[in-house]
Amino acid sequence: MQLARADLLKAYRTMALIRVFEERVQREMSSGDIPGSTHLYAGQEASAVGISMHLTDIDRVASTHRGHGHSIAKGCDVDGMMAEIFARATGICHGKGGSMHIADLDKGMLGANGIVGGAPPLACGAALTAKLTGSGAVAVAYTGDGGFNQGTTAESLNLARVWDLPVIFAIEDNGFAEATASSWAVAGDIVVRAAGYGIPAERVDGTDVFAVHEAAGRAVARGRAGEGPTVLHITVPRYLGHFSGDADTYRSSAEKQAMRSERDCLKVFRAKVVPAGLIDEAELDAIDAEATAAVEGAVVAARAAPRPDPATVATDVYVSYP
Amino acid sequence: MPRKSFRQALNEAMRLEMRRDPRVFVMGEDVAGGKGASGEQDAWGGAFGVTKGLLAEFGPERVRDTPITESAFVGAAAGAAMTGLRPVVEIMFVDFMGVCFDQIFNQAAKFRYMFGGKAVTPMVLRATFGAGTRSASQHSQALYPLFTHIPGLKVVVPSSPYDAKGLLIQAIRDDDPVIFLEHKAMYDDMGEVPDGAYVVPFGEAGVLRDGGDVTIVAYGRMVGRAMEAAARLARDGIEATVVDPRTTSPLDIDTIVETLEETGRLVIVDEAYPRCGMASDIAGIVAEEAFGLLKAPIQKVTPPHAPVPYAPELEAAYIPSVEKIEAAVRKAVGWTR
Repeated sequence: MQLARADLLKAYRTMALIRVFEERVQREMSSGDIPGSTHLYAGQEASAVGISMHLTDIDRVASTHRGHGHSIAKGCDVDGMMAEIFARATGICHGKGGSMHIADLDKGMLGANGIVGGAPPLACGAALTAKLTGSGAVAVAYTGDGGFNQGTTAESLNLARVWDLPVIFAIEDNGFAEATASSWAVAGDIVVRAAGYGIPAERVDGTDVFAVHEAAGRAVARGRAGEGPTVLHITVPRYLGHFSGDADTYRSSAEKQAMRSERDCLKVFRAKVVPAGLIDEAELDAIDAEATAAVEGAVVAARAAPRPDPATVATDVYVSYP
Repeated sequence: MPRKSFRQALNEAMRLEMRRDPRVFVMGEDVAGGKGASGEQDAWGGAFGVTKGLLAEFGPERVRDTPITESAFVGAAAGAAMTGLRPVVEIMFVDFMGVCFDQIFNQAAKFRYMFGGKAVTPMVLRATFGAGTRSASQHSQALYPLFTHIPGLKVVVPSSPYDAKGLLIQAIRDDDPVIFLEHKAMYDDMGEVPDGAYVVPFGEAGVLRDGGDVTIVAYGRMVGRAMEAAARLARDGIEATVVDPRTTSPLDIDTIVETLEETGRLVIVDEAYPRCGMASDIAGIVAEEAFGLLKAPIQKVTPPHAPVPYAPELEAAYIPSVEKIEAAVRKAVGWTR
C-alpha cells in the first residue's frame, strides 16, 4: 500500500509524539508531581498509529491500562492528557480519571480501562451502534496478550462473529502480562484461537508501521463492508516495566537493550523512508524536536494548572440524581 | 382503567418506548427465542415471556437474542449506550449478574465520573429477582443492595403493575444506567394500568396507606405483605402507614422521615439479606437523621443471613411473612423504655 508523503509524515509525527510523551512521563514520575501510577506505551507506537491512520472521529476505540498511545493516535489533546496525568482541573477528565481513564468521546476514544480485558465487550457495543445506525464506522478493541486470556475477550470474539460486528481486535502482544511472559501464560496461539471462532486473523510485526497499516487496512475494510470482525495479533516490544514503579528485574538488561536497538519502530521507519529518498533525515529530526517541544509545553502547562476543587468530589456521578 | 398483569405492563412499557425512540432496542438470552432453529420464532419472548411479541413488531435487529455470554452482551450494552443507543437488556435472573459484574460496576456505572462528566450511558438492565418459586440459592436472591452500593447506578424495585410500567418507561428515558428488578413471583399480579405512556419518577416513594401508629417501609413483593399485615393490625386498632420507596437508589428518605414525625415507629421489611441490605441502610440513615423522632427501636424484618433454600418449608421460613411483619409492628408499638 502506497502512502502519501503527508501520511508518512503524520505517522512519524504521531509515533514520535507518543514516544516523547511516554519517556517524559516516565521521567516526571520521579519528580513526585504525578500522584498515581502509569503504564507506558513506549516501544508499541507503530501499533496504535498504523491502526488509527484508517480511523476518523466516528470510529471508536476502547483501550487498556496502557492507553496513552491509543489516545494520542486517536487525536486526544496532549495538553489535556498531561494535565490529567498530573491530576489537574484542566485535565481531559478534570482530574477524576488519571492515566488509566483518559477518554475523549468526541474523538471516538472510549477510554483507557483499568480492567484487563475491559475493552472487547465495549468495542462490540460501539460496533453494534455502528451496525444498527448504519454509520459505516468500525470499532477497535485494544487488549494485550494478558487481556486475550480473559473470558470477556473470548465472549466478545464469539459475539462479534455471531452478530458480524465491525470490530477489530488489536491484540498487542508485548511479551508480558505484568511480569509474566506471554510465552508461558498464553496457551496455544492467538491467531489459531481466533480462527477457532471463524474470525480472520493475522500476525503483524508491530515495530513496522507499514505492516500494521496494511493489516489494519484489510481489517477496517472488512468491517466497513459488513464482513464482520478481524483479529490482529500485533507483536511489540514493551520498553519499560509493567507500570511506572516496576523495577523490571524479570527481564535481563541485554534483552531490554536489544529491544531498543533492534525493535524500535522509529528506527525501522527511518530505515525504510530515508534510503528510499521519501523523507530526509533532517526533516525527521525536526519532527522529533517539535514533539519534544510540544511535550515540554504540556508539562509546563500541567504544572502551572490549578488542582481540582475538592467541592467537585461528588459531581458528575449521575446525569441527574434527585 | 384497564386491568393488566405485571408482565403486560412491562411489555407495554418497552413496546411504547421502542415505537417512540428508534435508539431503544432489546437484547438478552431468548428475548425472542428460537434463533437459528427451524420452528417458531419468538418462541419464548424472554424466559418469563415479558418481551413476547416485540419481535413481530420490531424485528430481529431491535429484539436481539444473544449467546449465553453476559459479560460480552452487558459490556456491549455499555458500549452501545455510550455511543448513542439506548439498550434494554434482559438478564434472566439477577443472580447471573455475578458473571458480568465488572461490566456493570467498573464500566457502565463509572464512565461518567471517570471521564469527567463527558459520558452518558443510558442503559437498562432488567432482571428477575426474589424467592418463592422453589428455585434455590442461585436463582432466588434479592440482590438490589449490591447495586445500590455502587455510585453511578440507579436501582428500581417495583411493587405493582402500574408502577412497573411507569418506572420502566422512566428507566428507558433516563440517561444513567438503571438496574430494574422484577419479582418473578409477581408477573401474574393484576392491577390498573393505563394504555398510554406515563412515567413514575425515581426517588419518589409511594405512600400506600396512612396510619398514625407505625411506619412500615417495604419493597417489591414485600409491599403486598406489609399491606396485608397493616390490614390485620387495623382490626386491633393499630394503624400503619405503608411506604414503598420504589427505588433503592435514589432513595426517598424524606418521605420516610415525614411519616415518622407522626408515627415515631419504624418497621422495615426487606427480602434482601440482613447485612448491608436496604433494611440496615434505611435504619442507619433514619438513626442518623431522625433519631429524635423515634419512640421505639427500629425493627427489621428480613430473611436470615443464609442463602435461599429449596424445600417449600425452608423457603416459607426464609421469606419475611405477614405474621413476622405483624409481630415486628406489635413489638414496635408495644415497646416501653
